[in-house]
Parts: sequence; C-alpha cells; structure tokens
Amino acid sequence: MELWEIAHSRSGDKGNISNISLIAYEKADYELLKEKVTVERVKQWLGKQVKGEVKRYELPQLGAFNFVLYDALNGGVTSSTSLDKHGKSLSSFLLRMPI
Amino acid sequence: MKKIRIGSGAGYGGDRLEPALTLMEQGKLDYIGFECLAERTIALAQKEKKNHSEKGYNPLLEYRMEKVLPLAHKYKVKVITNMGAANPEAALEAICSIADRLNIKGMKVAAVLGDDVLDYVKNHRSLKIIETGKALSTIEDRIISANAYLGADGIVQALQNDADIVITGRVSDPALFLAPMIHEFNWEMDDFDKLGKGTLIGHLLECAGQVCGGYFADLRRKVVPDLWDIGFPFIEVDETGEGFISKVKETGGIINTATCTEQLLYEIHDPSSYLTPDCIADFSNVKFEAIAKDKVKFNKASGKPPTDTYKVSVGYHNGYYGEGQISYGGMDCLERAELASEIVKKRLKIFDFQDLSIDFIGMNSISPLEIEAFNVPEVRLRVSGRTETREQAQQIGRELETLYTNGPAGGGGATQTTDEVISVVSVLVPKTEIKTKIIYSYT
Repeated sequence: MELWEIAHSRSGDKGNISNISLIAYEKADYELLKEKVTVERVKQWLGKQVKGEVKRYELPQLGAFNFVLYDALNGGVTSSTSLDKHGKSLSSFLLRMPI
Repeated sequence: MKKIRIGSGAGYGGDRLEPALTLMEQGKLDYIGFECLAERTIALAQKEKKNHSEKGYNPLLEYRMEKVLPLAHKYKVKVITNMGAANPEAALEAICSIADRLNIKGMKVAAVLGDDVLDYVKNHRSLKIIETGKALSTIEDRIISANAYLGADGIVQALQNDADIVITGRVSDPALFLAPMIHEFNWEMDDFDKLGKGTLIGHLLECAGQVCGGYFADLRRKVVPDLWDIGFPFIEVDETGEGFISKVKETGGIINTATCTEQLLYEIHDPSSYLTPDCIADFSNVKFEAIAKDKVKFNKASGKPPTDTYKVSVGYHNGYYGEGQISYGGMDCLERAELASEIVKKRLKIFDFQDLSIDFIGMNSISPLEIEAFNVPEVRLRVSGRTETREQAQQIGRELETLYTNGPAGGGGATQTTDEVISVVSVLVPKTEIKTKIIYSYT
C-alpha cells in the first residue's frame, strides 16, 4: 500500500524550510501513520532533497501530522535555482511512500 | 450575540478577481481582506519604488479597485488589504483617484505606514540574520529593502477612526482578518486567547481559494466540483471568536474538514506555537466539524503572548539568474539531452559558474526520489498562444500560475520570466523601535 491510499498532504514553504502535512482520510488510520511515517523514514524517502533535520508534530484530533523539514529547499524560493522553488510537489512525492 | 462576516478576496498578489466580486455581492459581508504580499514581492516592490517613486504598490491594485470600490460602497463592505506593498501612500492616492473617476463619494481611505525599516537596519549592521547566523553587515552593500511584519493594531486604529478602506504595507497575513474582530468585538490587545482564535480565522482565510478546494483536488480521492469556478471563503464569527467557514452557494469548490485541515497546517511549523506579531497562536487542539454542505465549524484555537520583536524581511541583491531550455524527443532523447548538457558544462567552464544545476524535465527536475519505477515520472503542462497584446499574452501565464492556490493538488514550478535575483533574509527588531503611522484621505 502507498500512503496516498489512506492519507492526503499539502506542502508549504517558509524560507529554506518545507512543511508537509499528512492527514488520514479516516481517523482510524492515524495510529498506523504514526507508526509507519516516522521522521527517519521521511528523511530517507525524500533523500538528498532534505539536508537538515526533520520534525514531526502530531494532531490526533484531526488525524493529522505536520512534518517540518529544515534546509530542504535549495536555499528557498528567493535564492533557489530549482524549478519547483517552493517545493510544492513534495507532498505528492511523500504520498508515494510504501507503508 | 454580535456576529460579523469576513471574506477573503485574494490568496496572493496575482490571484483571480471574479470570486472576490461574487463574495462581495452575495456573501452578506461586513469586511473583505485581500492578502497580496509575499516575502519576495515586497523586495521587488521596493526596487520598483526606487525607480518610480509613484509606484511600488501591487500592480493589480487599479485593476482590482475599479471593480471592488463600487461594490464596497454599495454593499457597505469594508476592505482591508496589504496591496500597498512598498508604497501604501501612493496606493491610497491611486484608490482615491479611481473613486473620483467612478464618482464614488463619502468613503474614508486609510494607509498604515511604518513597516519600512530600511534606515533602522542600515544603522544596525550587527543585527543577526536568522537564516545564516551571520551579521547583517555581511550583506550591507547589497540591501534593497527591510520591512517589518506589523500586527493588527494599525489596522484596528484605522477602523476605529471609521476607515472604509485600509491599505497597508507589510503586515502579518492573519492580521488583515484579525483586525476587524478586535475592532468589532472590542477585544483587548492582551486577550491572547481571543487573538489566537482570530488568528486561526485569519490563517484559514489568508489563502482564499485554498480552503475551498483549491490546491486540493486529485483524481482518485479528493474530487472537487467546478474547480474552474472556485468560490472564495468567508467566515461568520461571534464575539467569543468561534464560528464557521463557508462560501457563496452556486460557486465551485468544496469546503470540508479535509480542506480545512490542509489549510490549518499550511506553512506553519509547530502547531502549538504559530508566531505572529499579535500573539503566539496555538492550533494544536483545533477541531473542525462539518455542519452543512460547504460549511465547517471550527473551535478550540487559543493563544499566548507574542515575542517582543518584529520579524523583518530584508531584501538584497543576490546576483543574476539565467535560464535556457531545450527539448529532445524520440529515440535516445535522454542520451542526447545528456550529451547537450555535457557540452554546455564544458562551454560554461570559463565563466566559473557556481551552483550550475542541470535538470531533465520529465525525469528528475522536481522528483527527489532516487527510483525510476514510475511509467511517467513527471509531466509538465505548457500552454502557449499567440496574441495581439502584451497584456493578453501575460494572461496565459497568469492563468497557469493561479493553479498554485486554485488548481489540483501538488502542482509545482510554474515559471513566467526570470531576471535579477533578490533574496530575502530575516532579522528581528525590538517592537519598541518601530512606530506605525496612519494617514487618511476622503473620496
């Protein structure tokens, strides 16, 4: 199973920091996400893109998590030469993680 | 219990206008906020002001106000916007001259000034850059602009003085929507619980279409009706700071607990400590409940006292950006593209480029994954057309770009043109060093 089957996601940016929400469609899947989508796995899955630390915040009442990825946007939107300077597409890539 | 309605008319500087007009006509609004200023746009606006002293406000200000002013006057909707960008004074004059031309009389227009702290930062070179940890003196010769994120207080003061239109420069995005609540409900500026609730509302509204199913839809699990005609959101809130979010009937899009949750977490870090100039908002216990079609109740936001500093965005000249693209197709196209890149790299060696990056769009330009398991790893939509006027041609790029906040989920990398690089870093300046000033004019 891939993450998109049970959860949705949106990326945002602040400077060189990316934040990616991960939200279970059914709150019953929250615990599964909590167990499987750890900071270590997120960092590993997104590979070289994320040069810094990853933090995870938990919101059980919403069935949601917020991942904050430091040094993840090639310097950020005002400096990066990347095509997707905001890292807007990272959410879609996160959702392809197998669990 | 007293209730007010606040709408959102724009999610970013270049957003669509029609949904805002529909909202003003049919939303029974008391206020509408247009959030139109980002970190980068303020620096670019400052640069424009340097070249043309009468400019430096949002380039769509006139386009929007032509349509917005008559509706604001007719339906008695107060308008709050940061479209003043680097030049709120000039924006105020522009608004008054549009009103004059449209023969709209009896409106009071206010401009909130004070966010421009360029002189202050130039005299305080030891201020530490948050992103690099180095002193501001390391970029001092290249600084173009410095703008503090002001809070709601200047806007509140303008509203207390009966302003109908309030135009600001840099303020925090939620402040545009929080200010009318403080004003209408007489919330104290140290009632941080209420300010936290109002900040939640501002955060839900600030990206306009995004909470109505914009930047949300996918083909399998998140179906959004009539995304092309997405409505913009409004909230109805009472003096306790709780209420619901909805949109005008018969508009496209969708509002449900999922769209609200995505927006809640959008561009925040620790949900229990969302830093704004007015409070540190706590969204960690927020709950959403769908109470009708496209109508979601929210509660349980709270807040704590803010820090004693303002975050200041410092824009500086950071070299130039150049880009070229070429496509290869058919058999061995990737190999031919790779060969081309090798040739370019060799040719460019003499110029000693730093950070020369090479992307193969459709292969790895946006994917961070180190696997090639997908049949179509990437696809890029390109729309082009031949038109008579520059304005018309620009519209194509604008329409593609508005997919960011209004289109399907996860779209990335819209490009129009590129030029000089203006980078932005942040410093913190004590609040006691920054004074706001409000000027008024009448139509």
